[in-house]
Amino acid sequence: MTVELRELRRSFGGTVALDGLSLTIEQGELIAFLGPSGCGKTTALRCVAGFERPDTGAVFIDGADVTRVPANRRDAGMVFQSYSLFPNLNVRDNVAFGLRVRRRPTDERHSRAAELLELVGLGGFGERYPHQLSGGQQQRVALARALALQPKVLLLDEPLSALDAKVRVNLREEIRRLQLELGITTIFVTHDQEEALSVADRVAVLKSGRLEQVAPPAEVYDRPATPFVAEFVGTMNHLPGRVSGETVEVFGQFLPLDGAAPGEEVDVLVRPEAVRVTPAGDGRAFILASSFRGSIARLRIQLDGGGEVLADVPGHEAVRLAPGLKVDVTLVERPVLTAPRTAVAAPVEPVA
Amino acid sequence: MSGLTKARRRGGGAGWLAAAPLLLVTLIAFGVPVVVLVFGAFSVKGGGLGFDNLSATMKQPYIGALWSSLKLSAVVALGGTVLGAFLAQAVLTSRSGLLREAVLTASGVLANFGGVPLAFIWIATLGNSGVVTAALGLGSGALYNFWGLALVYMYFSVPLMVLVIAPALDGLKPQWREAAQNNGASTWQFWRMVGIPVLGPSLLGGAVLLFGGAFAAYATAAAMVGASVPLVTLQIADALTGNVLIGYENIALALSLDMIVVALLVMAVYLPMQKRSSRWLA
Repeated sequence: MTVELRELRRSFGGTVALDGLSLTIEQGELIAFLGPSGCGKTTALRCVAGFERPDTGAVFIDGADVTRVPANRRDAGMVFQSYSLFPNLNVRDNVAFGLRVRRRPTDERHSRAAELLELVGLGGFGERYPHQLSGGQQQRVALARALALQPKVLLLDEPLSALDAKVRVNLREEIRRLQLELGITTIFVTHDQEEALSVADRVAVLKSGRLEQVAPPAEVYDRPATPFVAEFVGTMNHLPGRVSGETVEVFGQFLPLDGAAPGEEVDVLVRPEAVRVTPAGDGRAFILASSFRGSIARLRIQLDGGGEVLADVPGHEAVRLAPGLKVDVTLVERPVLTAPRTAVAAPVEPVA
Repeated sequence: MSGLTKARRRGGGAGWLAAAPLLLVTLIAFGVPVVVLVFGAFSVKGGGLGFDNLSATMKQPYIGALWSSLKLSAVVALGGTVLGAFLAQAVLTSRSGLLREAVLTASGVLANFGGVPLAFIWIATLGNSGVVTAALGLGSGALYNFWGLALVYMYFSVPLMVLVIAPALDGLKPQWREAAQNNGASTWQFWRMVGIPVLGPSLLGGAVLLFGGAFAAYATAAAMVGASVPLVTLQIADALTGNVLIGYENIALALSLDMIVVALLVMAVYLPMQKRSSRWLA
């Protein structure tokens, strides 16, 4: 089933949550809506679920206009950010809630609930109550409940944000496995870029209710469409550069431009992994700090001319490239994005 | 004995010591009167212990008064719970913060309104010579009966229910309603399958409170209806003061014991339910 958002606009008082959002999600695709708080990603999801009605624009599910269809008549299963299991019902009855609403026979309800609980790895938990489950288990039950009616679309509203880091990783992999197994069209709202990049077929980056870029994760990361995407997804260095024809000069290197430059004096946007660091006694920079992260080490390097740059080096280099060491900094030869020059060149860490 | 166990024991001792003043007050204010009451209820004329007083309370006019009090309390509890719950829900879901604050503040005041001043307000309004009675040309005596008293008791019971149920209504997560909708449930199905069961203990707790308040109320009824509506509290007052009857003090104590038994029976129903489901709104 495809889902199409057509020119959605939604305002809350003077705040514009959606500003002409258009997007088509293909059958069986998992798309992640990624963006900072207030970018409209949850509002867009709620428009699909039927909990919000757009001021203008339309939502189509499988070609049918469902914009005015009430939430309880849409064929969409949803998992909420906060735990939303009904506290007065045990796990089995929570999962079978929708079937009970549809007056399905008890046997069918119980067998379907058992089947879904097995699917989410909670077989044997049917008699427990929500307060007897961990956060991760509760979200698994919520996922089973959302799937119980075999919906056309699965909507996930930051389902992992309340969980511990390790549980998040496990559960997001579990969600992806289930989504692929069932082939269900899925919208996954998150503000966590790592989450979005790791599970989605495509990532839709939103800002102020508008779509900045929609592309496969690798493309969003490697070829961000706008400076906002470049800065929001991953860590980005802002290095002072001077545009010269089709290239930009930075650190004495001439790198090809990726797209049009906003002026002559620009910030060149470079990922930490595209920065090469070489020990040099007469180097023009020195290492300020080193943060070991296992497979890599992130170096914070002070440039002689002012400003700082972040560089990722293999983890085993962390001992050799210690704080205080004089180094030379060069950039990997590849097209680079540029942005208007900021007052002070500094690396931009991810916001989430 | 391990150090930890010793420390726990010392901690436990300190806890009891800290609670001692409260326990002492409880003992003096509640324990001693209950012992005196129970002893008096079983003390029979001519000395000795027996069931004469309790047997007497199971006969007219006392059993009628007890039954009337139970009926009045049940009506007030039911009406107050329903009206209070609807009012609280309406106010909490309204978009006006001012309305919410105004109603909750007014409820805080009105819930504590009772006794002779409450009776006077209603007598002055709907009594035989009341302002509204005269203005609308209503017949006399409309207020001085069972239903009139129930109406007056509602005046403080509904606001009390609003105060009791408002936090529980606030505790109903919007996500529960949305999750129910997402699973195809209508508004009524949500309330039937989730909302009311989750609120059940709070509603029942509020109803118990209203029942208790109406069951034990005395001054308003005494000032308003006197002996025209038989109530157990009025019977106790008559027996204790000796205005009507002399030498019936132990009957009054037996009636009080009857009231305690009723209260215990009500709590015996409420507490297990409350314990089972208090975690839902945590």
